[in-house]
Amino acid sequence: MKYTGKKFIKKDSLPFFWCAGCGNGIILACLVRAMEENNFTQENTVIVTGIGCWGKADDYLNTHTFHGTHGRALAIATGIKLAKPSLEVIVLVGDGDGATIGGNHLIHAARRNMDITVIMSNNLNYGMTGGQYSGTTPYGSITSTSRYGHGEDEFNISELVKAAGAAYVAKETIANPLRLQKFISRALKKENGFRFVEAMSICPTHYGKENRLGKAAEMIEGLKKNSLKIDLIKDRRIDELTAKIIVGEYIDREVDGYIKRYREIQKKAQNKK
Amino acid sequence: MKTPKVLIDYKLCKRCGICSHFCPKQVFVCDELNGAQVDKEEDCIACEKCVIMCPEMAIEIITQKEE
Ligand SMILES: Cc1ncc(C[n+]2csc(CCOP(=O)(O)OP(=O)(O)O)c2C)c(N)n1
Ligand code: SF4
Ligand code: SF4
Ligand code: SF4
Repeated sequence: MKYTGKKFIKKDSLPFFWCAGCGNGIILACLVRAMEENNFTQENTVIVTGIGCWGKADDYLNTHTFHGTHGRALAIATGIKLAKPSLEVIVLVGDGDGATIGGNHLIHAARRNMDITVIMSNNLNYGMTGGQYSGTTPYGSITSTSRYGHGEDEFNISELVKAAGAAYVAKETIANPLRLQKFISRALKKENGFRFVEAMSICPTHYGKENRLGKAAEMIEGLKKNSLKIDLIKDRRIDELTAKIIVGEYIDREVDGYIKRYREIQKKAQNKK
Repeated sequence: MKTPKVLIDYKLCKRCGICSHFCPKQVFVCDELNGAQVDKEEDCIACEKCVIMCPEMAIEIITQKEE
């Protein structure tokens, strides 16, 4: 394999703290390969995390890291990028962290087109705290806070971030790691604006067990079986799309990005004096 | 072609069974007690599916060229 990404991994900190079969390790491997592919360096990269199982990923990376607070990783990342725009800022959040508790930060960072990349691990629940439902838990799911089945519908986060105005949005499952890596790589390559990659993952310990989805390998087969490529959905009836994971690139557009706009405003303000 | 070497780092392996499930050539056997074991190394085609699917970064494939 051309890129292994292993130069970004702190070997002394292994093994990962994650449960056997957790999808986080697959996503992290995709991320470091994509970073290597784009010639990122330890010195020019800052990984910002929120709190959660996926939020522990910074423990294993030898780039600059900032272990943030729950739901607030995007505010921290925004500050870092504005203080030193030459840095590549990558934000790692879970569905609970990034889309539920931190959902407001997410839509506004996307609307602003802050020049950062977000990799969300969506495992359909709050893994770290015992499998409570999140904003992405599907209707009917059994979780530790929905013992008789979840009564709410879930967000399609990628659709939401696209609607908020982000420059790049893509979704792929861990059943297809090379395609997930490709999307992360495209997100990292883009120079301006907000980039968002949603990695559909698995939490065998909580969501999988509660919903009798089997062991890790079976859960990954389930992701594969339920995936539908985004270019094929226009021919489908709406009811054929329920419970499907729509994978692919949701949007890839050129935008100014917040840093560029902010510099223009600074210039205008200076000329006024 | 000389058969590739399939190496598992047992300090990292958590016995999840993902590698044995996804290997197209059934190179591994896996049970919860012993974890993944390389069983038929001679059948390995060095596709690296196991490497990209292992959530613990525990597998390495060494092909002749790299030796
Ligand atoms: C302000 C605050 N509220 C609640 C918590 C407890 N807490 C820690 S992790 C977590 C959920 C994380 O879930 P998710 O983002 O989906 O990540 P996962 O663990 O599934 O990877 C919660 C509620 C906290 N640490 N801080
Ligand atoms: S609780 Fe779930 S998300 Fe957290 S490490 Fe275990 S399997 Fe992964
Ligand atoms: S996929 Fe990795 S961690 Fe899982 S059984 Fe195979 S070698 Fe072990
Ligand atoms: S490289 Fe391919 S054939 Fe060889 S053990 Fe891994 S998955 Fe099986």
